[in-house]
Amino acid sequence: MPVWLSADEHRVVGAVLDLLVPRNGPSPGAGEAGGADYVDGLLGAFSFDPPHIWAGGPFSGRNGGEASFEKWIPMGALEELAWRMRIEGSQGDPEREFNGPVLGWQQVYGEGLVALGDDFLGLDEAARVQRLAGTDEAFRELAFTHACEALYGDPVYGGNHDRSGWHGIGFAGDVQPRGWTDVEVEQP
Amino acid sequence: MIATADPTLDCDAVIVGSGPSGATAADLLTAHGWTVVVLEKGANHLIDLEPPHGPLGHSSNDELKSIQRHLLGPDPLVEPRTFRRTEADGDHLFVGHVNSLPSTVGGGGFHADAKLPRFREDDFRLRSALGPHEGADVVDWPFAYADLEPYYAEAERLIGVAGEETNPFAAWRSGSFPMPPGADMFGATLSMAAAERAGLHPYRCPTGVNSVPYDGRPACNNCGFCGGYGCPIEAKGDPVALLRRALLTGRCQLRAESYVTAITMAADGRRATGVRYLDDQRQELEVRAAHVVLAAGAFETPRLLLRQALGNSSGLVGRNLMYHFQTMTVGSFPMPLHASRGRCVTGAHDDHIVGNDASAAAARDAGLPWIRGGLVEHGGAGEPVREAQYYGPGTHHGAAMRRSTLRDRMWAFTMQGEDLAQPTNRIDLDPQVRDAFGYPAGRVTYNPHPHELVASAHAAPILEAVLRDAGAEWAHTSTSPPAPGDRSAAVLGQAPASYHVMGTTRMGPDPATSVVNPEGRLWNVENVLVVDSSVFPTSAGYNPTLTIVATASRTVRLLLGAPLDATAPQPGGERPPALADGRPIT
Repeated sequence: MPVWLSADEHRVVGAVLDLLVPRNGPSPGAGEAGGADYVDGLLGAFSFDPPHIWAGGPFSGRNGGEASFEKWIPMGALEELAWRMRIEGSQGDPEREFNGPVLGWQQVYGEGLVALGDDFLGLDEAARVQRLAGTDEAFRELAFTHACEALYGDPVYGGNHDRSGWHGIGFAGDVQPRGWTDVEVEQP
Repeated sequence: MIATADPTLDCDAVIVGSGPSGATAADLLTAHGWTVVVLEKGANHLIDLEPPHGPLGHSSNDELKSIQRHLLGPDPLVEPRTFRRTEADGDHLFVGHVNSLPSTVGGGGFHADAKLPRFREDDFRLRSALGPHEGADVVDWPFAYADLEPYYAEAERLIGVAGEETNPFAAWRSGSFPMPPGADMFGATLSMAAAERAGLHPYRCPTGVNSVPYDGRPACNNCGFCGGYGCPIEAKGDPVALLRRALLTGRCQLRAESYVTAITMAADGRRATGVRYLDDQRQELEVRAAHVVLAAGAFETPRLLLRQALGNSSGLVGRNLMYHFQTMTVGSFPMPLHASRGRCVTGAHDDHIVGNDASAAAARDAGLPWIRGGLVEHGGAGEPVREAQYYGPGTHHGAAMRRSTLRDRMWAFTMQGEDLAQPTNRIDLDPQVRDAFGYPAGRVTYNPHPHELVASAHAAPILEAVLRDAGAEWAHTSTSPPAPGDRSAAVLGQAPASYHVMGTTRMGPDPATSVVNPEGRLWNVENVLVVDSSVFPTSAGYNPTLTIVATASRTVRLLLGAPLDATAPQPGGERPPALADGRPIT
């Protein structure tokens, strides 16, 4: 279940991410790989305690060691302020507006989804591309950044389902604590 | 709690900043029985503050956390910096992330991939050896390489440096590296061989990364998440080794999320009494100490001093800001180089620092007396999120990522070019932008000297040719900051990308032309010491961290009354300034 987006919004975000980074051969589209889950987890990061901003460590458990990425790292006061500003915006709070108002990602996505329209999922691809091109540039840039993060970031953040993004490009991701042997480093 | 012999004090020394220099100060002072409080404005993601001070486990092979999401800070939303090239740009051109070394326990040492070369003999006598440069303030250091050599040797032992003595241009050494070098990256085997064919002198770069178990920490296992990342297994020694030793004495208290607002002063204005700071709840607290040790880095140290107009009788606080002028030559290869394995940089060459007839001619042709480049790192990058953003959206994206021109098939030379000191290049306080605590943001005003541009332009075609000979299908050079007319500026930004920030509280023998004296003390406030890279009179062309640690060690040992004796070169070991072929520079 989404934590921040509605079910409809979740589907639209996935479709937008697939437009920005579509499937190409063995590489999945960003939406297909779970990009909407990634965006939803980020926009709703403060629904959790600790917030789901920084995954834990040191090991994912995929190559040995105790799996610890899901032990999310607690945030300090200044760190939390920064991320609340980034995600929630300043919302008129003087503590967040020391350099003026800050537009949060929740609002950027919210306005972007409104601009895409309720009928977005019913459009054909060409019409979707045209509708997306008419949205605010800040929305498109943010969504593209998140598409990249969702495809190629660690799966603990919600995207890169089954490491499909990494499999598409032959990237190993976290290799600790096994690491690479000297031969694997030095040889072709 | 820690205690001092003087009940009016909280500790013998309060250290502002916990990066390589602050950690060095804490290590040495506590080793000599002093009590210290280390105040770090960033959060603690490094080390458990309870004995036995093991790792917190926050570091991992996670690009999102470390690169995209500012784990190590400073977050530009709450600690913005501003940039402009010259005063003609107005108050600023840019607000946000400007050379923002980590703001976290461990500072810049936490994220670095720990390339730890020494400076050369000439770097400490640049004015004497090579002479002045119009528009720049070229000076000698107030001490010689021979004076610093024992501190270099100590620093290499304290951190744990792996290297080998095969660089013909390296300064002389009183002993061997503590560890042999680690595994060469595959790309480095190609680029070092090609560099040799070009008549250059590549060598395995000294790094503060364990190649064998050292100081209770394991050998590096080549995971590849190195530059920009904390080490999940503590194979990198700086700064964790230094801080852990200090904490284990029981005489060091490390307080994270502690933002120093002011140095408190005695009524006569000539001695500091400690510092005031805000804790994580923004409660104002004070630490009373016999000595204040500033280790906040060459950006934050002058910012703090400028806020209270302290130590600035020379008017030079914040001035003579230096970076390394970075010349980045990338080549794309027909086969994968898997730069995601191993340390980010395992090879280097120094030939462009030493120069030759061709570089001397390039200087003359440009109307300059001399040019010096910098250490050239042979390295690669392995992070897919960063690569993905370069390709932009569209149907091509997946194929571009699989081809991986900018990651798996890319190899790069990065020349850390010497940046001449110019008084107009400076850190000051932005008149408009504030941080989350309400204090003026630091502002960078920086424009490169023609020396940097000419040195870069001279080296670039040489580096491109080497990469092509190594097998690259194409090679391209860009610089940071961008040279005039460089179309790459939109990608790299106008502000220097280098995290090597130096020179803003210059050390020197004359209070009229320097901010701290040769012992590292503010001329105007004798019990305030500066131990970070802001004291550097010149930038040299070498990564600065080992010199930061060595200089900090020297300053602290002078304070302790326990200096190390100068060492001497082996017979024939020290070289006069000369071209690579041995002839004097003309």
